[in-house]
Amino acid sequence: MTEPLLVVDNLKVYYYTLTGIVKAVDGVSFSVPGSELAAVVGESGSGKTTLGYSILGLIPPPGRRVSGRILIDNVDITSLHGEALRRARGELVSMVFQNPFTTLDPVRRVGDQVVEVMTEHGVPKDEAWRRAEEIFTKLGLPPRLLKAYPHQLSGGQRQRVAIAAAVALNPKLVVADEPTTALDVIVQEQIMELLDSLRRQGMTIMLITHDIALAATWATKVIVMYAGTLVEYGSVEEVVGEPLHPYTRGLINATPSVDRKDRPKSIPGLPPDLRRPPPGCRFHPRCPYAMDKCRKEPPTLIEASPGHYVSCHLYTEGRR
Amino acid sequence: MGLLRYFAIRAALIIPTVLILYTLVFFILRVLPGDPLTAILGTKNIPPAELKALRHQLGLDKPLIVQYFDYLWNVLHGNFGTSLVVRGRPIAADIFQRLPATIELSIAAMFVSLVIGLVTGYIAAVKKDTVVDSAMRFYGALAYTLFIPWLGLLFQLVFSVWLHVLPSGGRIDPGMAPHPYTGFYLIDSLIEGRLDKFLDALAHLVLPALTLGIVLSGPYTRLLRNSMVRVLESDFVAAYYARGIRKRKIMLHALRNAITPVATYAGLQFALLLGGAILTETTFSWPGIGTYLVDAIMYRDYPAVQAVVIVFAFFVGVISLFVDLLYALLDPRVRY
Repeated sequence: MTEPLLVVDNLKVYYYTLTGIVKAVDGVSFSVPGSELAAVVGESGSGKTTLGYSILGLIPPPGRRVSGRILIDNVDITSLHGEALRRARGELVSMVFQNPFTTLDPVRRVGDQVVEVMTEHGVPKDEAWRRAEEIFTKLGLPPRLLKAYPHQLSGGQRQRVAIAAAVALNPKLVVADEPTTALDVIVQEQIMELLDSLRRQGMTIMLITHDIALAATWATKVIVMYAGTLVEYGSVEEVVGEPLHPYTRGLINATPSVDRKDRPKSIPGLPPDLRRPPPGCRFHPRCPYAMDKCRKEPPTLIEASPGHYVSCHLYTEGRR
Repeated sequence: MGLLRYFAIRAALIIPTVLILYTLVFFILRVLPGDPLTAILGTKNIPPAELKALRHQLGLDKPLIVQYFDYLWNVLHGNFGTSLVVRGRPIAADIFQRLPATIELSIAAMFVSLVIGLVTGYIAAVKKDTVVDSAMRFYGALAYTLFIPWLGLLFQLVFSVWLHVLPSGGRIDPGMAPHPYTGFYLIDSLIEGRLDKFLDALAHLVLPALTLGIVLSGPYTRLLRNSMVRVLESDFVAAYYARGIRKRKIMLHALRNAITPVATYAGLQFALLLGGAILTETTFSWPGIGTYLVDAIMYRDYPAVQAVVIVFAFFVGVISLFVDLLYALLDPRVRY
């Protein structure tokens, strides 16, 4: 097996709000090999976006990393500060955001914004412009659009520009937070194809999405999160093909599909308040298989089969 | 082209604005108690026949409606009339002699207010929710409530009476006035190549400009701070951070985004600026349009007041037109 490119080790990120401590990410560990498209799947409030921001060291206040390490290509990003952290952002890891209509500076030409990423990391201006043209061409944007303002572009074009800015310095890892949610289906397809082609060229993509169908189509690895914890992790064939955790199964059953006649079955109940998560397994109040043990003891992550991890008491004694 | 069309329409709209203001002032002046003759002569003991003759001579015995259109007709032909007080003296000459003084003061005050307002607003936004932020916001509220003559007197007391570092009034020391090439003393003195005159004019300008500038800076502080705070919360700022852009640069980009509402306000502020200039001029005996207007009102010098109002209204119209164009330059999304 190849050396893991991204290692998240016992990460805890809490938000210290006036009404209590929100445990948005509470002890998450996993590792992703290079050149994979790992999808982090979960409902809103599962902590997936906080996880994404943590990977760039960009946790918004009042959030704080309480414990854990994040290694990207063997660099511990949690140990970086100031200038070193700034340089790592863009060169080592970068991010594409959800809404392409708000993630570009409205009053600056998109070319200036893409070029700036390079000049701010020591690339001479002439070369940065030349490279920006190359990147635009590679991402399917005519280089003349470098002179355009964001409002002159379509949503899909803007997201391509945002991706261009994110990959301008050829980072090892790109975190894409719901990059297609604000776009229509056809454009969504094109953007995912683009991310997939970047992956095939050796970049590692971490796709944050609520849409397990999207993950099933494009991801190579799937990480399922629930209420700030990791519940299942494995290759897409394993997690989507043979889901182990009751929550993953629920998610798959709750996903509507065009060719399916029966109505999708939603998971009863609501995700817990992360200021007061339930004891034991956080999913037990909604779990059809909940046992006594689930209410008392939080399950640990076990390797059910090689490379397929699950955090559920149903599997701790090695039986289904 | 859209911009040209917009420009033409906006420019044409200045005309009704000026007309309405002229009409209002024309009638308000005549409704006000007092009349120019008693103000000029300073006594009521004049034989009625003489008074009548004088009234006729000044054209004040004509029906109001005739006076109204007579004056308008003259203005349209570039004739602002002659003063009732200093008989026969053309008002236009007075205005154009004094206008540069007011413009010089207004520009200096605008500059002071923008610099103070933008710096304090920027610092407040960057240091949001800290003591520094609160202090800047308090300054913004305080400055807005200050009364110009009060602040002017305070400055005169401190810098002129106690410290003797700056003159307390006037535009330049007697005998130092440069030849009025442009009427702007700061420019004229440099044309003459007289640095001493330049510094003298500058010293006289400091206190009035500071007084007016501080009072006008308050809204800028709050406006820029709030606008900047909103911009700093937007997604593209987070995206800048995620791409490893230096914080200092991100702040400049945010400032560029935050400054548009300030520019709009600065344009609207121009009317306030001229109003403030009147108060400032009287406080510092600044020989501009403001003091001229106050004198003209005192003497009920109808044509003089009317002329000043027309010139002011025209000025405000032209300035706000240019601010709108500036707005289009600042924000590429604005299309007319």
